[in-house]
Amino acid sequence: MVIIGAGIIGAACARECALAGLRVAVVEADFVGGGATAAGMGHIVVMDDSEPQFALTRYSQQLWRELASELPADVEYMACGTIWVAADEQEMQEVRRKHDFYGARRVPTEILDPRALYEAEPHLRPGLVGALLVPEDLVIYAPCAARFLLRQAQARNCDLHMGTVKGIREDGVVLQDGSVLQAGTVVNAAGTWAKELTPGLEMRPRKGHLVITDRYPGFVRHQLVELGYLKSAHTLTAESFAFNVQPRITGQLLIGSSRQFGVEETSVDNHIIAGMLARACQYLPELSRMSAIRCWTGFRAATPDKLPVIGKCPGHEHLYLATGHEGLGITTSLGTARLLLDQLLNRAPAIPLEPYLPGRVMETAHA
Amino acid sequence: MPDLVQMTINGVVVRVPRGSTVAAAVLLAGSSNLRRSVSGELRGPLCGMGICFECRVAIDGRQHVRSCQLLCREGMEVTIGV
Amino acid sequence: MSERSEFDVLVVGGGPAGIAAACCAAEATPRVAIVDDNPALGGQIWRDEPAPSTSQSAIWYQRLARLPVQIIAGTRAFAQAGPHILVAESEDGVCELAFRKLILATGARERFLPFPGWTLPNVMGAGGLQALARSGLTMRGKKIVVAGTGPLLLAAAAHLRQSGAEICLIAEQASRRHLIVFSVRLVCHSSKLQDALALRRELAGVPYLTSCWPAAAQGKEKLESVMLRRGAKTWSVDCDYLACGFHLVPNTELAALLGCGVEQGRVRVDDLQQTTVPDVHCAGEPTGIGGLELSLVEGQIAGHAAAGAPDAARGLFAKRKGLRRFAAGMDRAFALRPQLRSLPQADTLVCRCEDVPLGRLREHSSWRAAKLLTRCGMGPCQGRVCAPAVEFLLGWNVESVRPPVFPVRVESLTTTVTGAPPTLS
Repeated sequence: MVIIGAGIIGAACARECALAGLRVAVVEADFVGGGATAAGMGHIVVMDDSEPQFALTRYSQQLWRELASELPADVEYMACGTIWVAADEQEMQEVRRKHDFYGARRVPTEILDPRALYEAEPHLRPGLVGALLVPEDLVIYAPCAARFLLRQAQARNCDLHMGTVKGIREDGVVLQDGSVLQAGTVVNAAGTWAKELTPGLEMRPRKGHLVITDRYPGFVRHQLVELGYLKSAHTLTAESFAFNVQPRITGQLLIGSSRQFGVEETSVDNHIIAGMLARACQYLPELSRMSAIRCWTGFRAATPDKLPVIGKCPGHEHLYLATGHEGLGITTSLGTARLLLDQLLNRAPAIPLEPYLPGRVMETAHA
Repeated sequence: MPDLVQMTINGVVVRVPRGSTVAAAVLLAGSSNLRRSVSGELRGPLCGMGICFECRVAIDGRQHVRSCQLLCREGMEVTIGV
Repeated sequence: MSERSEFDVLVVGGGPAGIAAACCAAEATPRVAIVDDNPALGGQIWRDEPAPSTSQSAIWYQRLARLPVQIIAGTRAFAQAGPHILVAESEDGVCELAFRKLILATGARERFLPFPGWTLPNVMGAGGLQALARSGLTMRGKKIVVAGTGPLLLAAAAHLRQSGAEICLIAEQASRRHLIVFSVRLVCHSSKLQDALALRRELAGVPYLTSCWPAAAQGKEKLESVMLRRGAKTWSVDCDYLACGFHLVPNTELAALLGCGVEQGRVRVDDLQQTTVPDVHCAGEPTGIGGLELSLVEGQIAGHAAAGAPDAARGLFAKRKGLRRFAAGMDRAFALRPQLRSLPQADTLVCRCEDVPLGRLREHSSWRAAKLLTRCGMGPCQGRVCAPAVEFLLGWNVESVRPPVFPVRVESLTTTVTGAPPTLS
């Protein structure tokens, strides 16, 4: 089989398939983990927007936890947990709802009263009403994780080809230089570029901005996310930002997050950075005096229903898709790879795979 | 009699000529290092002009300040080696 | 919301090129300002000269003092807020600087090359140690080895000696043959020849070794000695400081951020010093290392051009042409010899912010891959020290720039709002 793209999704699929004994070739145009994988936060988070989203994020998170002991130091695995911060009573209701939702699905969570919240995160602004701690959420450094996954594949039965795929055929893929990589199965895991190779895929790039600071070890201990996040970032409006701060193992703080549709330029937009950081400083006032080193942008591959596309492409016996992971690709990479292999081998999946099948987001399928 | 500024470096009182940068003051006070690198090496100033960030120290509680770009002020509290 | 000032001509950088540009602009147009991150004007070369000592700097300072040029010191331009607006940070806050014409005179920095022990305290840039000596560090009785390449080694050595230091020796990596060709050119530039002869007098008795370079810096917690290499011979010299620089690197980051074309590490300019971006001029070292005289001439041309007096600028073209030819000769004379690529060992740190050794960089094939997978160049200096070294050692294209061009306080990025404020969700 040929896998197009060595981002975290392609790398995870390559590992899963190579470990199962398949012969794998991965084609990468730039370098391993250099696209959206490198631009994101690396937050391994359980989400509850929908049952399928929950199922895949939780399943994948468990797979990451199982892999933890094998990960090299540069993957910067940190079991810091997430704290969903509630600023008012309405958000506190959301804390209780999430607590019940996760509890019913056996994900441990803990409701923090203000005292417990400030004990956990003393630098948060006064006046917050509480929070939900999700202790099993994690943080990793995704480019090195992608490299690790691919190396595991390479140690078994996988070759990495540097090159750009020009087209997908019945018998494999054609590269930019005209050469053909023959394969019985092709997996399009090219992220936001997947559409170029598989027309008809309903997917839009959603731009994000991030800022990283110098090192302030211990200032923040958990990934901190506002519950307003649910109201803003997860809607499909043109532009939104939310308080989302992540501690890195280096002591640096990674500050997000923003989402924009309909923007193609990769350049940093001051107005988005300003809004995003102003929001972050509202929650962590001391952040304002800290030194910001770098700002950057990235593009998430977003589907209309915010679920990834995993499985056989309608009308193509040999072509599979593994893309459309939006902002959750790092989290769901391992689960995606497992579900892909389940389909290739006709195995029973651990979670229902129907919600992720490509048919729902293929224009040809609707026609 | 030169015009002196009094300040502290890691709690020790030092007096340096007015107009000295904090980096020069630390070196004058007898320490050749200003900080520890991320792998624990001792480091001193390199470029002297605000480019290299090797001379970062904490000043009055604010971390990561380039000491080669800042003039000593009366009562300033400098923390090095952090 | 940040405070905004508006200028006809805004000059970024208060060294010789910036001062010359501001003077020429201010003689023709009213609202001119210089913004500079240092506490005072002068750049590195005229840094902290209380009563400007050299006649040349005195003349320029006096000319500037007679003009209504606004000096915004201790303030660093770090991003663009919109068309014709820069954002700058100072200790007190952040301001927006709007301009009709912009002149970038952002100068140069020393090039550092890694060798074993180069991260030890008291191994410094040649200009770096000189700057520290000018900002209060006493040099009396200190033993100093000066090493690297370029004309600034001699200037730094002379200054440090005047400050009371003992210069053990000057090690210049360029060969004697290259330098002889260069010194023939010097004869054609009488003022430069005068300077060179004066330096030689000031350094009388100091050994000056060509084809010689530092192979290692040695010491426990700080520098104790320098191992030098010349041909097959190596030997150790005890010293207090190693002042070491391998010529200069143009500061092109702000120009690149504004979208100006940068080629081979230099900002591209036309005859009137205009960059590829309309209304943005560039003068001095960012357009190619050329030294003080060329910086002054380019600054004047840019100043005249920005103030709408191209004819005055044209009168200086011939002088600039001669100086550029001289600069090209200097580039050839002090070109880095390939042997310097083998100075660092696999475990020698290249990135001093993130402590990344050369061996880890060699696993990668591009600057971007190395940055993302090793953290090289991802620290607060944003690759200003390691990128030029990596470019020389590994031949990678290291050009990449993102706002802010310098680390700034988070609050400074929250106030860079022009137009409608963002709507908080």
